[in-house]
Amino acid sequence: MSSSNLIQDIINGLLLGGLYALIAIGYTMVYGILRLINFAHGDILMWGVYFALYAVVALSMPWWIAFVIGIALAGLLGFTVEKVAYKPLRSAPRISSLITAIGMSFFLESLAVVVWGGIPKSFNIYPKFFNRTLIFGHVRIQMLTFFILGVTFILLLAVLWLLYRTNTGTAMRAIATDIPTTSLMGANVNNIISLTFIIGSMLAATSGIMWAMRYPQVQPYMGFVPGMKAFIAAVIGGIGSVPGALVGGFLLGMTEIIVVGLFPNLAGYRDAFAYVILIVLLMFRPTGIFRVYSEQKV
Amino acid sequence: MKRISFKLNFVLTTLFVIGTGFFLLWVSNSFGGYWDRIITLMGIYGIMAVSYTLVNGVTGIFSLGHAGFIAIGAYTAALLTLPIQQKAMSFFIEPLIWPLNSIQMGFLPATIIGGLVAAFAAFLVGYPSLRVTGDYFAIATFGFAEIIRIVIQNSYNITNGSLGLKSIPPYTTIWWAWGWLLVTVIVIGSLKFSSYGRALRAMSEDTVAARAMGIDVFKHQLISFVVSGFFAGIGGALYAHWLTTIDPRPTSLGIMLTFFVLIMIVIGGLGSISGAVLGAIFFAFFAQWLRIVESPMNFFGINIPGIPGMSMLIFAIIFILIMLFRRKGIMGKDELSWQYIYNYFSKKAGDQD
Repeated sequence: MSSSNLIQDIINGLLLGGLYALIAIGYTMVYGILRLINFAHGDILMWGVYFALYAVVALSMPWWIAFVIGIALAGLLGFTVEKVAYKPLRSAPRISSLITAIGMSFFLESLAVVVWGGIPKSFNIYPKFFNRTLIFGHVRIQMLTFFILGVTFILLLAVLWLLYRTNTGTAMRAIATDIPTTSLMGANVNNIISLTFIIGSMLAATSGIMWAMRYPQVQPYMGFVPGMKAFIAAVIGGIGSVPGALVGGFLLGMTEIIVVGLFPNLAGYRDAFAYVILIVLLMFRPTGIFRVYSEQKV
Repeated sequence: MKRISFKLNFVLTTLFVIGTGFFLLWVSNSFGGYWDRIITLMGIYGIMAVSYTLVNGVTGIFSLGHAGFIAIGAYTAALLTLPIQQKAMSFFIEPLIWPLNSIQMGFLPATIIGGLVAAFAAFLVGYPSLRVTGDYFAIATFGFAEIIRIVIQNSYNITNGSLGLKSIPPYTTIWWAWGWLLVTVIVIGSLKFSSYGRALRAMSEDTVAARAMGIDVFKHQLISFVVSGFFAGIGGALYAHWLTTIDPRPTSLGIMLTFFVLIMIVIGGLGSISGAVLGAIFFAFFAQWLRIVESPMNFFGINIPGIPGMSMLIFAIIFILIMLFRRKGIMGKDELSWQYIYNYFSKKAGDQD
């Protein structure tokens, strides 16, 4: 493997990792607060992409307004899903909320098949300027790559700023530790949980739209596999920890690209890497890199 | 409340089984191929659902890996029953490895071997996965099922990779499906009501308390997982010979199938064997019936175009409504026994007095 290939792989890995990280933030924040694996997260991502696509195709809006609308509607969808499906079950056994989350994922996928059709659509609504390729020696980089990496890093910094430098962020982190005490301190728990879902869904939709620009195809099941992998990224980083989700996302993206780069005949198994990492990790260090939860006490 | 004696229970149950047998015979003779196929599918789904409810309902651990074991059973049995010439024709990318390329056996041994291989896989998956609990276990088993699917997809010299297996002999009849369902219900039912089953239910209520009473939680969970895997493999073997074509796409033998079986056991009531069978019958029946919604129809002169995907949407809505408003499903954790029916009606009569 030549050094230019390695640089190319590292850039692609960063790109994929950033996309995973954006999705993983939503998983890790929701898990941190509600101890719930929000299976529907990846499907909210898919809905955001469809909203953006149809804002351009059906309402002929400029692409950037369409992206904003798609992201905003995904936030609204995340808010609604929490209010309809998860809030009534907040005091139920955890396994019930998990099953409901699976049901919600199944519902959003089936609804997408009915509303948007099951046939994959091409996502070619962004300007051709993104496809221009810059050549540095032997390394070829698309403008799209710079765009995605730029947006990813700005959003990641914004989330970290929100969590660690604002009152809302403090309330979010406090709720993740202890809901009753936080509500005694005057934080509105329901609003904070809604906000968490909205932010998580909007980040996921942003990631989904950039995913669709990179791999320009949209279909109702497109969110499931990236969603599962992003969840695994969150577990790798230590679920409940936002910096952990970032590290986990980049680690997973890098691993997938670089292992295939080193051993091209493993390409067919690329989707299995995440699960292998997950299982090995669960055996030896279930708390992930950034240990947030220790073992459950009785 | 009166208890129904063992003898009466036994006689009634035997009569019920024989009655069901005659009913199936009547249906398959008088309604022909289409309903015959649907009722066979009900039996297959029943096997998958009962084996799934043993883990997810009775034992109270939440697995998302059921489709992986179904796929293993399906592929193993199909590779054993496929005619040798057919194998030589299908495997054109890479030839099938020895000894699979020169074996052809009957349906019954192939099904049992399929179940045994799936049970062994369940042991290999369960042994490490059961060290984690709760939703981590769900994700770990899901990961294993996906790994199984991806390995199948890439092993061209064993499973024919993404091309799948075609022209599997259509051996699965109504009798194979419902016969194996009877075996499944008897085995898993005896497990549930033995001392072993009581230990399982104690664990599902409170793992720590059960451990304090001296129950080896890990061993019990592993046995339940392996038994479940065995019958999932049997179900998969029957399913393969019902479909006659199998491939490793996520929508055929992947997570979608696990979702379907999960819907069945949630409708029936998590932890109830008879509920699982009822849920499977309900699912198979309505999945067919709802095809009407998906085909174009003529309603008082107005043409309503068919809406593809509508049936799954309706199932998803039923599923969520059950989880929100009636988490017990049809049966809860109870069984549809003669005692249950007797109590139900005597309570009704009591209410009227």
